[in-house]
Amino acid sequence: MWTRAVWLGLRASAGGRRGFPSKADPQGSRRVTAELIEHLERLALVDFGSQEAVARLEKAIAFADRLRAVDTDGVEPMESVLEDRCLYLRSDNVVEGNCAEELLQNSHRVVEEYFVAPPGNISWPKLDEKEPFSHC
Amino acid sequence: MATPVLRWCCPGRRWVFAGIGGVSRHGRGVPTGSTSSGKRGQSSVAQQPLITAQKPRKGEREWAAVVGLEIHAQIASNSKLFSGSQVDFAAPPNSLVSFFDASLPGTLPVLNRRCVEAAVMTGLALDCHINRRSLFDRKHYFYADLPAGYQITQQRLPIAVNGSLAYSVCVGKRRSQMVTRTARVKQIQLEQDSGKSLHDSLRSQTLIDLNRAGVGLLEVVLEPDMSCGEEAAAAVRELQLILQALGTSQANMAEGQLRVDANISVHNPGEPLGIRTEVKNLNSARFLAKAIDYEIQRQINELENGGKILNETRSFDYKLGCTVPMRDKEGKQDYRLMPEPNLPPLLLYDSGSLPPGTDPQQVINIDQLREQLPELPRVTREKLVQQYGMLPEHSFALLNEVGLLEFFQNVIKETRAEPKKVTSWVLNTFLGFLKQQNLAVSESPVTPSALAELLDLLDRKAISSSAAKQVFQELWRSKGKTPAQIVAEKQLELMQDAEALEQLCCSTLEAHPQVVTDVKKGNPRAINKLIGLVRRATLGRADPTVIKEVLERQLSS
Repeated sequence: MWTRAVWLGLRASAGGRRGFPSKADPQGSRRVTAELIEHLERLALVDFGSQEAVARLEKAIAFADRLRAVDTDGVEPMESVLEDRCLYLRSDNVVEGNCAEELLQNSHRVVEEYFVAPPGNISWPKLDEKEPFSHC
Repeated sequence: MATPVLRWCCPGRRWVFAGIGGVSRHGRGVPTGSTSSGKRGQSSVAQQPLITAQKPRKGEREWAAVVGLEIHAQIASNSKLFSGSQVDFAAPPNSLVSFFDASLPGTLPVLNRRCVEAAVMTGLALDCHINRRSLFDRKHYFYADLPAGYQITQQRLPIAVNGSLAYSVCVGKRRSQMVTRTARVKQIQLEQDSGKSLHDSLRSQTLIDLNRAGVGLLEVVLEPDMSCGEEAAAAVRELQLILQALGTSQANMAEGQLRVDANISVHNPGEPLGIRTEVKNLNSARFLAKAIDYEIQRQINELENGGKILNETRSFDYKLGCTVPMRDKEGKQDYRLMPEPNLPPLLLYDSGSLPPGTDPQQVINIDQLREQLPELPRVTREKLVQQYGMLPEHSFALLNEVGLLEFFQNVIKETRAEPKKVTSWVLNTFLGFLKQQNLAVSESPVTPSALAELLDLLDRKAISSSAAKQVFQELWRSKGKTPAQIVAEKQLELMQDAEALEQLCCSTLEAHPQVVTDVKKGNPRAINKLIGLVRRATLGRADPTVIKEVLERQLSS
């Protein structure tokens, strides 16, 4: 059972604004703040619904942190494993489209060949405004 | 201190705070609604932007504004940037959408060669450095018209950087002098367009059409080198003409092919730049300058009232004529930019670096594209000025209207009249008639041949210039008649009989001795009366200048 009280407790135990561990602080706290969780939830639309999920996140960060042990001074970062591939250039011809009916079948709601979406962006409730929620 | 100040400010434009109702100085510490965080969504009072040439009173602060622009131009191509579905403005909803555009799983982006060429050509036309290696990124945000949840763009290493855009503005007291200004081009990048949302507030839903999703865009980022709405509008106009001349974009703002976002801030000259706001949704050439000037004045008013400028995104409300905060853009956006994992780096070559034995379809040669660049508007205007001796303003006017330059050149080809005469007739009379009836050049009832013939008649002195205007009017109204026919019908030919004219002048002088005395007394306007009388006697068929000559000769004898 996950209650709002535990959530607040986590926040309190994090001891204020200790953010992401920095490079200069390898032994630093692996705690992830509630503000960061809220930010991530809003950005990625995932639900960190439990303390376990947050703990798992912290473990994942710690695991990845071991990369910092490698000395990368003077090494150009690789951004894509496709670096040596050739980027194929397509001729400017119309070869697809015209499948509205097929595509619209994927939509839960359709109005006259338009996809239907909720109005604008629904604003994400702030931390204080969140309803207490329970997860089993 | 005056000279450096002028250097910052838009010419002839000193931004001076004048409070609501024209009262000069409000007391400090009166915050307006926008600074209190609770009042989002309320629009500021719609004020007319103040353009004042007054000298700032003692103690009043002077303001300078800086404007940067992000211009999105839809690339004129048959198919989209990363998929083979068609690019078209008007089509049934969702009919021009491929599986990739709809972001169905398992689809991958495939780059359109034409879009890369368009970007390189635009970069070359704006004197940019073309990056031989550029990269694609993903920019993430959630919106229903962005099915993938991210836009593929080129933030980190775009295709072209460090160019410049030269444009002209009218300065001076009577705004008669044209000066050239430059705005630096920070970068040009290729990116995807999003779909279209139609908001249905009645049923609380949004209808999504993905026809536009995935269409190739050129984003041109201009540094904050402009200082007011007029300069920004002039820069956008010049970019529009360049894109149209290159054929890389039709750049029609009304059809959404050219969209402009402005970054605006104000500061006191000599001090660091102020906090900027971003104004989006500037999609009309007519309101571009207005919206920017409004925002500049709003910021000045805010600061003069002791308030602060928030680093926010605003939208221009055309109906109210003011900028309003955009509700969806509260707080700073975190786009989680990451390299696009499905696209290798884009490599471009020049004649020197072209690897041998490669498929020409698969490589892009910058030098080849440079050689094929069409003539830019700037060059066309210079040629007009040199070839025909016209003023720069005239060359601007000729290029400013679709089809007008071609019309002008066709008239020049067929007439013997002097280019200056042709310029004057095309820009004043012809264009005047077009504007009055809101017609495009292509809809003109007068053909270049007809105007050429008319100007020939004028040149031969077969008709007077006032008669020519009458003929033109008739040409406009009636179809199919030639100038010669109209002249014959209305008997507008100039009197060729010199003796008859002499007699008429003589008899007129005899009939009006009082006026003659006035002339001899030195009344300068009396001679005009005589000229008018003779003209009426000749039924308008004599040239007023010739009449004047004859009368003066007869009076002095």
